[in-house]
Amino acid sequence: MRPVVRSLPTPEAEALLELTRDLVEHEVLPRAGEMESRSEFPRELFRTLGKAGLLGLAYPEQDGGGGQPYEVYLQVLEELGRGWAGLAVGVSVHTLSCFPLAQWGSDEQRERWLPDLLGGELLGAYCLSEAASGSDAAALTTRAVRDGDDYVVDGAKAWVTHGGHADFYNLMVRTGGPGPAGISCLFADKHTPGLLPQPPEKKMGMRSSPTATILLEGARVPADRLIAAEGEGFRIAMSALDGGRLGIAAVAVGVAQAALELSVSYAKERKQFGKAIASFQGVEFMLADMATQIEAARALYLTAARLKDAGRPYGPQASMAKLFATDTAMKVTTDAIQVLGGAGFVEDFAAERYFREAKVMQIFEGTNQVQRLVVGRSLTRG
Amino acid sequence: MNIVVLVKQVPDTWAERKLNEGDKTLDRASVDVVMNEIDEYAVEEALRIKEAQGGEVTILTMGPERAVETIRKALSMGADKAVHLSDEALKGSDAVQTSYALGKVLETLEYDLVIVGSEATDSRMATMGALLSERLGQPQLTGARKVTAEGGTVTIERQTDDGYAVVEASTPAIISVMEKINEPRYPSFKGIMAAKSKPLTTLSVGDAGVDEGQVGLAAAPSQVVEFSNKPPRQAGQIVKDEGDGGTKIAEYLASQKFV
Ligand SMILES: Cc1cc2nc3c(=O)[nH]c(=O)nc-3n(C[C@H](O)[C@H](O)[C@@H](O)COP(=O)(O)OP(=O)(O)OC[C@H]3O[C@@H](n4cnc5c(N)ncnc54)[C@H](O)[C@@H]3O)c2cc1C
Ligand SMILES: Cc1cc2nc3c(=O)[nH]c(=O)nc-3n(C[C@H](O)[C@H](O)[C@H](O)COP(=O)(O)OP(=O)(O)OC[C@H]3O[C@@H](n4cnc5c(N)ncnc54)[C@H](O)[C@@H]3O)c2cc1C
Repeated sequence: MRPVVRSLPTPEAEALLELTRDLVEHEVLPRAGEMESRSEFPRELFRTLGKAGLLGLAYPEQDGGGGQPYEVYLQVLEELGRGWAGLAVGVSVHTLSCFPLAQWGSDEQRERWLPDLLGGELLGAYCLSEAASGSDAAALTTRAVRDGDDYVVDGAKAWVTHGGHADFYNLMVRTGGPGPAGISCLFADKHTPGLLPQPPEKKMGMRSSPTATILLEGARVPADRLIAAEGEGFRIAMSALDGGRLGIAAVAVGVAQAALELSVSYAKERKQFGKAIASFQGVEFMLADMATQIEAARALYLTAARLKDAGRPYGPQASMAKLFATDTAMKVTTDAIQVLGGAGFVEDFAAERYFREAKVMQIFEGTNQVQRLVVGRSLTRG
Repeated sequence: MNIVVLVKQVPDTWAERKLNEGDKTLDRASVDVVMNEIDEYAVEEALRIKEAQGGEVTILTMGPERAVETIRKALSMGADKAVHLSDEALKGSDAVQTSYALGKVLETLEYDLVIVGSEATDSRMATMGALLSERLGQPQLTGARKVTAEGGTVTIERQTDDGYAVVEASTPAIISVMEKINEPRYPSFKGIMAAKSKPLTTLSVGDAGVDEGQVGLAAAPSQVVEFSNKPPRQAGQIVKDEGDGGTKIAEYLASQKFV
């Protein structure tokens, strides 16, 4: 199939997308299947992307970023997702992990750490969820107590993407009373004493992307690593997630696009009853529906991105995009297996992998029920 | 250390390549084009030397207008500037003429090293370094898998069948490199942006002091007289196993001199 037709705002965005496709073609696609089945984290590939400038795209150039609007950054993520969901989610999570410091950090903190974060050598993690607080994130219980020049942190953050591999961790911790107002954000180094990554989870998909619990046992985080002020943590975490959700939407569209491309090429090759199965209307209409939903999902995340780029509120649109794009990815990857028949159910083709990858996208960065909650509230309580 | 890297644009190695029926030159218009692969290694090596020792890397390309895309790629990898020799009069030039034209441009540039690829994938003469060495009267070191340049001396490790030889020359010198030498980098996004404002000089044959009468198809000392397409693939031979399948396969392999 021809590459996706995009309307990009600048020639530099065109060049960026071309570079991305080049990297996907030569560095990502040849590795994805193998490393995914071995649950191997492609740390070197992140460095390659970092050197190419893809790990800080959405941040200002003066901070060491790529100075790209979200509209462009997300389309880069989509192309990466088309190549390898685990990798693209990693880029999205890294980008999200830079947000607290970039947006809320003091000038001194930003000068000290931001260039390294955006420069491509380092990888970040974002620790909000806990075992007992997922959707109800504000109920988190990991505690941080000020002791001299440090915070001493005790508790456990669950489901941390890049846990054990990240160079820095954004820890959402409780410094005050219950509820959102008691939460703060600490920007912790991986070498923090008492910050203990646990063995990675064994997942049904996206196995190359490590997910682990981070135990915090009297972990001492220097107090100059508090982002903004005590009590601001929940606001920081939620504002980071608005952008992060758009990232997941874009990756989901990429996975769906990959599933569509596989389905189309298979349907044109595979013959039954003496004809290519693509020539049966029952199959061709399925392909048409897949393509239509993908295009709609793409349009939706781009609408939200353009609002964000224009500095306008975009929270509900980001939730709609995440909800619709990930539900679309689930449906399209399910149909892709159907188009391939038995071949869709075995590991020789990537269809079953796409399907397993799509599933988690309906869950993390706010389940799709939570997205509906956000959209619903914007309608009834605005 | 100032370095000139010779970079050629060639048809994509994976594309089907054709000669034009009429003048029997390579059809460069209707195919996807890329930087000659080994030239990426040449650019990378130049950049590494520059990053270690300072100096400037200049790209020199002879080719049609669209070769600018390839030049841009070299600039976005990190080269500092480029010279593009481009003129209809050059079309169809053979290796000897190409070396004459490239040599003319090199005479106007200041450099310590010229780095070329060991071979272009389209025409595969593997002679450009030698031809330029002769024309410029500068030493040539071929097949480098490692380069060290210091003071007025350049030393290479030249790959051989059973090891390597260490060869040395005074600068300015011409070096050809092979794939083992390094792993070429991807251009970075910032590099792509920066490349747009890097100096790129386009020269006609007149600008370069190249005598128009000595270049181009009509004046070429060597001419492609005739060519034919690769024969279509033959249908495979099917061996039916009637207890003697192994023997038949062995006989076939022997007949094809595989065993
Ligand atoms: C199918 C075909 C057959 C040909 N047969 C002959 C022939 O028999 N005799 C003959 O004299 N010519 C022939 N030519 C033409 C000639 O080879 C090329 O036009 C000329 O560029 C030099 O040869 P090369 O590219 O093979 O160089 P090589 O010596 O193989 O290339 C080595 C290196 O030289 C540099 N280089 C080569 N060309 C350029 C360039 N244009 N600009 C910048 N750097 C460059 C690159 O660094 C390259 O890696 C043929 C061309 C084709 C397409
Ligand atoms: C692979 C992976 C990577 C992850 N990476 C990270 C990470 O890097 N950082 C991080 O902080 N977290 C991460 N998470 C955690 C993820 O964000 C949570 O799993 C998610 O928010 C859901 O929380 P939960 O699993 O506790 O489910 P629960 O909140 O227990 O939800 C269970 C079910 O109940 C539904 N539900 C809950 N509340 C409501 C409600 N009010 N109305 C309707 N339905 C509701 C949910 O939609 C869901 O269907 C990751 C998770 C996975 C699987």
